[in-house]
Amino acid sequence: MSGHSTYEPKTGFTRWLDSRLPIIRLGYDSFVDYPTPKNLNYWYTFGGILSLCLMTQIVTGIILAMHYVPHVDHAFNSVEHIMRDVNHGWLIRYVHANGASMFLFAVYMHMFRGLYYGSYKAPREVLWILGCVIYLLMMATAFMGYVLPWGQMSFHGAVVITNLLGAFPVVGESITTWLWGGFAVDNPTLNRFFSLHFLMPFMIAGVVILHVWALHVTGQNNPSGIDPKSKEDTVPFTPYATVKDGFAMVLFLILFSVFVFFQPNAMGHADNYIPANPLVTPAHIVPEWYFLPFYAILRAVPDKLGGALLMFGAIGVLFVLPWLDTSKVKSLRYRPTARVFFFLFVLTCLVLGWCGGELPDNMVFQVGSTASGDPIGLNFVWLSRIAAAYYFAYFLVVMPVLGLVETPDAVPDSISASILNHSAEKKG
Amino acid sequence: MADTVGEITPAGEDPSRRDFIHVAALAAAAGAVGSVVWPLVDQMNPSGDMLALASLEFDLSKVADGSEVTIKWRGKPVFVRKRTPAEIAKAKADDNADLKDPAKDADRHKPGKAEWLILIGSCTHLGCVPTFGGGDWGGWFCPCHGSHYDTAGRIRKGPAPKNLALPEYAFLSDTKVKIG
Repeated sequence: MSGHSTYEPKTGFTRWLDSRLPIIRLGYDSFVDYPTPKNLNYWYTFGGILSLCLMTQIVTGIILAMHYVPHVDHAFNSVEHIMRDVNHGWLIRYVHANGASMFLFAVYMHMFRGLYYGSYKAPREVLWILGCVIYLLMMATAFMGYVLPWGQMSFHGAVVITNLLGAFPVVGESITTWLWGGFAVDNPTLNRFFSLHFLMPFMIAGVVILHVWALHVTGQNNPSGIDPKSKEDTVPFTPYATVKDGFAMVLFLILFSVFVFFQPNAMGHADNYIPANPLVTPAHIVPEWYFLPFYAILRAVPDKLGGALLMFGAIGVLFVLPWLDTSKVKSLRYRPTARVFFFLFVLTCLVLGWCGGELPDNMVFQVGSTASGDPIGLNFVWLSRIAAAYYFAYFLVVMPVLGLVETPDAVPDSISASILNHSAEKKG
Repeated sequence: MADTVGEITPAGEDPSRRDFIHVAALAAAAGAVGSVVWPLVDQMNPSGDMLALASLEFDLSKVADGSEVTIKWRGKPVFVRKRTPAEIAKAKADDNADLKDPAKDADRHKPGKAEWLILIGSCTHLGCVPTFGGGDWGGWFCPCHGSHYDTAGRIRKGPAPKNLALPEYAFLSDTKVKIG
């Protein structure tokens, strides 16, 4: 996509710099003159929003690290110290804590958009896989960050997740001991999670650079899924994409502010304001909302190792997605049947999230009772089993089979043609 | 000089000697990398002071009949339960029931001390702390993922694969026990 550079240094200094380190040229070619498909819609603004989220988390995180103490005796109190005593500490911590949720929300939007418009398909497989790596790093970072306040949910969340690795035969126990630095989640665990939580955002930033690089090699996908064929099909990044991204960021920041200033604890759990107690587990232990679907898959399986494998498999399957989809057509705009399965998949993810937040034996609906008083009906374990089955079936059955058997709608010749068809349809 | 096509060693040199130098250099490099990486990996394992805190004495006279005291050992909860005759009878009656992790009640306590059940209070599923009195078998119930344990701490229902683990312990006297 990126053809030859049109950057022309105008002053003596920029000419001097350009022949030594063409960094202004790189920025100009990547973010000013860079051709973007002219039909990008608002679903394509989450990439920019995500870079904003990463920067927000890094800036607020570095500040919080100046006041936080990673020790079991002080961690909880140092977080309260940030909330009560540090100047603007409450604001910075609430931005960081809610920022994690906003970050994950934006990444889910970004991923669903990629799924819908077939952005993972050739030639963008590496771009997609790098995105999956970022997502994996984000989950690890979010998990470790949630442990740091050392509340009840922090502690027991860490216990449950690290014990997952203990499910692996033979080596499981040595891995968990190694990870804990002891025989249970304790001070060494907190200390190293702090160190890794500080490191990982910079690893994410590194992979983001690769992700953007890969994006600029293949060029952006677009809602029609047809690659630009002529100059007619594209517009320069600045001002078109910058202004559109900027407007979306403003809307996103409004939503962000609603949480930070009016509902700062809406996405947290009250039990995390109780200092960690290794001897008592909270009655209802749930992860943060963004992990609930995976948590539901874990609990859907009555076997420890099986549950852990299926949960990791739910993320692992994303990595091979480019080779599971057999369809020649990228965008679901031209695949009406696939569209139905896609929206069913989105619904499934939401249902799994719902299941993850409920107790497994609670009833979704009840039709009666047995003689001994046990309820008859659908409980959340079974609902999550049904949903988990569809989650995997979507990737492993629907995607490979549907691409071969469906008849897609006629795909326009170019982006420009798709836009003309679209407006003609609206008028007609 | 080279008289054979595809000959990589220059004439006059012994190929086996060259191979030996390559293998030796690679082995030395691998050894060096390994000896540098191992300390970086092993530093995460339990430290000396963590291992030193491995045993604990506990005074049993504090525990009343049919009650339970939770103490912290190696960062984990340990349940010290003084079982009632009814609990012991119930546990014995289930010795031959369909158990996921078969164990006799007699193997779950020290000989002649059936009333004292000492268990690691960490669910064998994912490590939450089960609470006593819940569940379908009158023993422990794990609130996290719904595992039920009976009055001998044996797993009866739910995702946990094993019975609640027994710590290493010994009676120092009738009222004193050493854990670890």
